[in-house]
Order: sequence, then C-alpha cells, then structure tokens
Amino acid sequence: MKVSELVEKLGLTVYSGRKGLDREITGGYVSDLLSDVMGNAREGEVWITLQVHQNVMAIASLKDLVAVVLVNNLEPPESTVRHSNEENIPLLGANFSTFEIAGKIYQILNP
Amino acid sequence: MKLTYNIQGGDFTHAGHPSSEVKKVLKQLGIEGKTIKNIVIALYEAEVNVVAHAWKGVVDVEIDENKITVLVNDEGPGIPDIDLAMQAGYSTASDKVREMGFGAGMGLPNIKKNTDELLIETEIGKGTKVKMVNYFS
Repeated sequence: MKVSELVEKLGLTVYSGRKGLDREITGGYVSDLLSDVMGNAREGEVWITLQVHQNVMAIASLKDLVAVVLVNNLEPPESTVRHSNEENIPLLGANFSTFEIAGKIYQILNP
Repeated sequence: MKLTYNIQGGDFTHAGHPSSEVKKVLKQLGIEGKTIKNIVIALYEAEVNVVAHAWKGVVDVEIDENKITVLVNDEGPGIPDIDLAMQAGYSTASDKVREMGFGAGMGLPNIKKNTDELLIETEIGKGTKVKMVNYFS
C-alpha cells in the first residue's frame, strides 16, 4: 500500500513532504518516545505520534520511515514542515486518537 | 577516511546531523544495510546525550576497511554512575527534554545494543568520552 492510498482511505491531512507519497508502506510503529522509535521502528513503516517538533523528521529520515502521522489533529510547527519537505517524508495529520488511527491503519495493512 | 562534527549542548535543532552525514557516507561506500542501521542508532543516541546533558562535544569518525570507529567526546557534567546510566529506564534528563520524547533512559542501552565495542570514560565536572566500534561483515 502506498502512503497516498492510506491518505485517501483515512482522509488524512497532508502537511508536507508530498514527494514521498508514492512510497510503499511495510508496517507501522506507535510511540512518543524517540529512543524507542530509534531502537525499534523498521524501514518502510509509518510512525504514529503526538510529538510535533522537527527532531521527529530527523528520526524518520535516519530510520527510513515512509511517513509520520500526527494524531488528534495536532498541527506541526513550520520547522517540522520544512524538514519534512527537505527529506521528502510525508507529514500527515489525523483527526483520530492514537488508539483509533493505529487500529485503522493496522486493519488496512492487515486485511 | 576521517570525519569530524561539532555538537552544541542544548541545540536540538541540529541533533541528528552527524548521524545523517555518516549514514550517507556509509551508503556510498556500499556498507551493509544492517550495519549502517546499527551505527546510525548508536551515533544518534550519543549525539542526543551530548545535546541533552553536556555543554558541547565533538564527533570523530574513522572509517577503515573493516570497521568504523566513532568517538564522541564532550565537555559536560560527566556520568556519576555509569552502571546506573546503562540501566534501561534510568534517566537524569530535564522535564523539557522529556516532554520532547527524549530522556526515556533508553539512549545508552540502545548504544550498547547496536555497537560491537563500547567504551565509556567519564570525569565528573569535566566530560565524557564514548568510543564505539562496529565491524563490517
């Protein structure tokens, strides 16, 4: 499944990083602890989080993640948007809680 | 090949820059993906430790035919009890740092897990030297 298909299915907001929308999703990871993501997330996953600062994009890039999904309608600051565009990693917004969006994405990826 | 980067304590905006650069170089050199992933995790954590705890630091990277050696030397408060700091979940990070999602006490355990050799020397009130070695397969 491509990031763009996930965006469409769940009505996610695309804040930035549109050039990465064509990438394939291999799975997902849910965490707000950055070291947990550094240690345990895997290449190709979408990262669901409530952290909005720009270090999130640095980690997404280092870990070769394909998208970051911000929960609860959280909006990213300008610095995070810029970083997302530089790395071509989509920064998405969801009008759902972490529990809800994780469940929905899991279901879509594991039909 | 030798690479050097400076880190400023408290400067979270540039955290991850050395890791990102080293990752690019290793990719260009055709180093195996798993090894790159390990080094990137360890170096990023070491960088964040300097940013979160120390005043400033220097990253020195040396890439040989069969291994990469990364030295992260900082001027900072030092680590009073290394055994305690190595314990998963133990952290002395400030509330501000924790709110950002850092300071979960996973940094040093992550470094240990992702390096072939790890040596930490520390002096209270002076600073900490972290040496990490990873061998290419």
